[in-house]
Amino acid sequence: MKKTRKLNKFTLTNIKAYGIVILAFIILYPMQSAGLISNSISGQLVPICTYIVMAISLNLTVGFLGELSLGHAGFMSVGAFTGVITAICLQNAVPAPALRLLIAIIAGGIFAGIAGLVIGIPVLRLRGDYLAIVTLAFGEIIKNIINCLYVGVDASGLHISMTNADALGMVNGQLILNGPQGAVGITKMASLTAGVILILFTLFVVLNFVNSKTGRAVTAIRDNRIAAESVGIGVTRYKLTAFIISAALAGMAGALYAMNFSTIAAKKFDFNTSILILVFVVLGGMGNIVGSIIATALLYMLPELLRGVADYRMLVYAIVLIAVMLATNSEKAKQLWERTSFKLKNNKEKERGEG
Amino acid sequence: MTFISNLINGISLGSVYAIIALGYTMVYGIAKMLNFAHGDVIMVGAYISFCATTYLNLPPVVSVLLAMAVCTVLGVVIEGLAYKPLRKASSLAVLITAIGVSYFLQNVALLIWGSAPKTFSSIVPLDSIALFGGKLIITVESIVTVVACILIMILLTLFTKKTRMGKGMRAVSEDKDAAELMGINVNVSISVTFAIGSALAAIAGVLLCSAYPVLVPTTGSMPGIKAFTAAVFGGIGSIPGAMVGGILLGIIEIFSKSYISTALSDAIVFAVLIVVLLVKPTGILGKKIMEKV
Amino acid sequence: MVPVPSNAIIPERDIDKTPILETHHLGIDFGGLTAVDEFSLTVGRTEIAGLIGPNGAGKTTVFNLLTNVYQPTRGDIILDGRTTARKTAAQVSRMGIARTFQNIRLFSEMSVIDNVKVGLHNSINQSLAASITHLFGYGKSEKKSRDEALELLDFFNMADLAEHQAGSLPYGEQRRLEIARALATHPCIILLDEPAAGMNPSETTELMENIRRIRDNFHIAVMLIEHDMNLVMNICEGICVLDHGKVIAKGSPEEIKSNPAVIEAYLGRKKEAAEDAEG
Repeated sequence: MKKTRKLNKFTLTNIKAYGIVILAFIILYPMQSAGLISNSISGQLVPICTYIVMAISLNLTVGFLGELSLGHAGFMSVGAFTGVITAICLQNAVPAPALRLLIAIIAGGIFAGIAGLVIGIPVLRLRGDYLAIVTLAFGEIIKNIINCLYVGVDASGLHISMTNADALGMVNGQLILNGPQGAVGITKMASLTAGVILILFTLFVVLNFVNSKTGRAVTAIRDNRIAAESVGIGVTRYKLTAFIISAALAGMAGALYAMNFSTIAAKKFDFNTSILILVFVVLGGMGNIVGSIIATALLYMLPELLRGVADYRMLVYAIVLIAVMLATNSEKAKQLWERTSFKLKNNKEKERGEG
Repeated sequence: MTFISNLINGISLGSVYAIIALGYTMVYGIAKMLNFAHGDVIMVGAYISFCATTYLNLPPVVSVLLAMAVCTVLGVVIEGLAYKPLRKASSLAVLITAIGVSYFLQNVALLIWGSAPKTFSSIVPLDSIALFGGKLIITVESIVTVVACILIMILLTLFTKKTRMGKGMRAVSEDKDAAELMGINVNVSISVTFAIGSALAAIAGVLLCSAYPVLVPTTGSMPGIKAFTAAVFGGIGSIPGAMVGGILLGIIEIFSKSYISTALSDAIVFAVLIVVLLVKPTGILGKKIMEKV
Repeated sequence: MVPVPSNAIIPERDIDKTPILETHHLGIDFGGLTAVDEFSLTVGRTEIAGLIGPNGAGKTTVFNLLTNVYQPTRGDIILDGRTTARKTAAQVSRMGIARTFQNIRLFSEMSVIDNVKVGLHNSINQSLAASITHLFGYGKSEKKSRDEALELLDFFNMADLAEHQAGSLPYGEQRRLEIARALATHPCIILLDEPAAGMNPSETTELMENIRRIRDNFHIAVMLIEHDMNLVMNICEGICVLDHGKVIAKGSPEEIKSNPAVIEAYLGRKKEAAEDAEG
């Protein structure tokens, strides 16, 4: 009987996570096709999907690896611009938009994963607050560099410059990335279906990962680094693995996000975006994947639904963030929790004894 | 001449970073937490001073004192409400809470003062000094800033070395439990640290906005993060370290702005932080901390 | 017959084999302060060895040196004929040293069985691809790790607690779980840091029984730090006494009991303490 319980817990989380996403899709897709959803909300569906992917992937770093990353939007940015460049370059070579979108997303994931590797090697040697501040620094560096980047494509291939668009020296080329103005001339290819497929893929990767040998090693490092080392787990390697997976998924989300707009600038992926995603993760519960999905969807839609409080949106986020941290981490709250859960456990055991 | 003028600008900006960095370094030393909201206290200080001079027509010195008073109270209240309950919580939880507080302050400021930038009038309305027949111009703000920074540094060093409260604070940052056993009130020490740090933030806010007179609700966040970089650079927990780190960072920033690229200057400053943390995580003047197993 | 240093503590039955662990003139300084110095010791393949000494003598520091949590300032550590110099703590664990901690260090948010599974980490063959896709032999490797983990838990009578959260276990069971997790790494020597701390007499008796069973079942060496002299004298075959970071005596329990230097170190300390209390 015991044996099945563990299995059930894992399958239960899976059913809940996949179930919610598929159910939402089954409801939303026909509504969108029939035009029952207002334009403003319809336009938010792809961003919500990408933010859900962002939250799930950040949860891997914050909830399971136990390290605070304040530069998650940086990876989204790398993925977004890689995706845009790839898509525009393949405009003629790959005519089918769905396939082009897929390739762009994969390219975004790969480049963000590489960025995760490059950043992770130095960053993951640090701990705690220092690690958090360095991820923030890297996020800002990525933003600054993309802000100075000019990319164009013509018959002879890709041109890259850090000074200005004229320096690209293109002949009849198409300007893709125009410095602070960001990417221009994107063909909108993202759709709700693509978003949902990306969420399902992310769920598949993350849920499987945390229920595996590698995932257990990562969680063990979070719980007690010294003990994990003492049983022969190479801390850096597993931290890096989780970090790269998290970055790659963020990159894929970024690529999809960019394909939902005709122009996109690097300043969209700044520190505030990183914090926003962190808010989703914290409010959904660190280490709780289903929570991330629900929190992201609700918090993203909230200002859309309650137009009046739109000005207070960030303020409400801030207050809720502080309140949740105090409620889950302060001494007093902990004691209160323990008392209640002890009572519940006692009651349960009593019931079992009677039954 | 440009070189000297850049150097002076760098030292002046660096002095502001140094004053902000003091708040970070003292709080980190004593409470072992990164007070992410510190940068936003700067912003509040600047707004208070702005309102006092613009709407109440108070003299600049009084407006600075008022800003210091408000920020002191604000710092103590933040510590008491948000950080004190988390004394024993994980650093992750404390840092997220601090980020929450930072966002809270920014958004309250946004609601009160709006997102339109306010033009901050300098607190020292004197003409700049022209030397070498106008080749080298030194603003009075930069002189005031550097002098203020040096004065603060001296006073703070005297305070922590000579006074009873200062010694108590140092004891708490060495070993909280032992200090408590010796009869030092840890909570009071931490509150006082936050009070001093926040008062300094108010001064820094006024000086910063006198030199760069655009005031918006996010004014404090970037200088805040850079000042934390400065604190880490100099060695976290060390008062002279904050000064050295701040001034060096200010010089690096101004020089990379004028010689490399304005758009990349922030990236360069952050690259410095990363290199320092990787090469010498304890900073220039920091102590080595060993993990107990 | 392998020559063994004359001051070694190796029991009779291990004498014809090479020792499992040797240290030569091991020492470490912390900022000018010598914490451990001239620490030389030899442990037999299936020996139960004790490391005792007054508080602050440097016993846990020795464990941290042996497991490369600290890098030694001087001296060598030879584990099963190979040096552990310049290895990380994780690499040394893979070479065959396992340990427990004085202040228990479990993966407290994880379940009991997952704690042991983490200990099995290096003996379970599961690639990253299998971890992510749950294909490529994932099921087989998970079953193997589950079976082995349950077997180990069963050894300590904890199989029925497998799905409980490790951090919620009572103190004594947390200590046992820590030992089970250490054993899961398939070590050739296990270091126990104060395994009986905070236990009542009946729990201590059970622990002694368990330590003997560990040695007899897994055929490994056990080295323990302990303040409970009853336990040490009962189960240890060789004892090393540390004071102020230096070895002051080595030998069998009988030899240690009658060694004047040991009596001085323990009783002298007590006398000082008594005088302090009076003064």
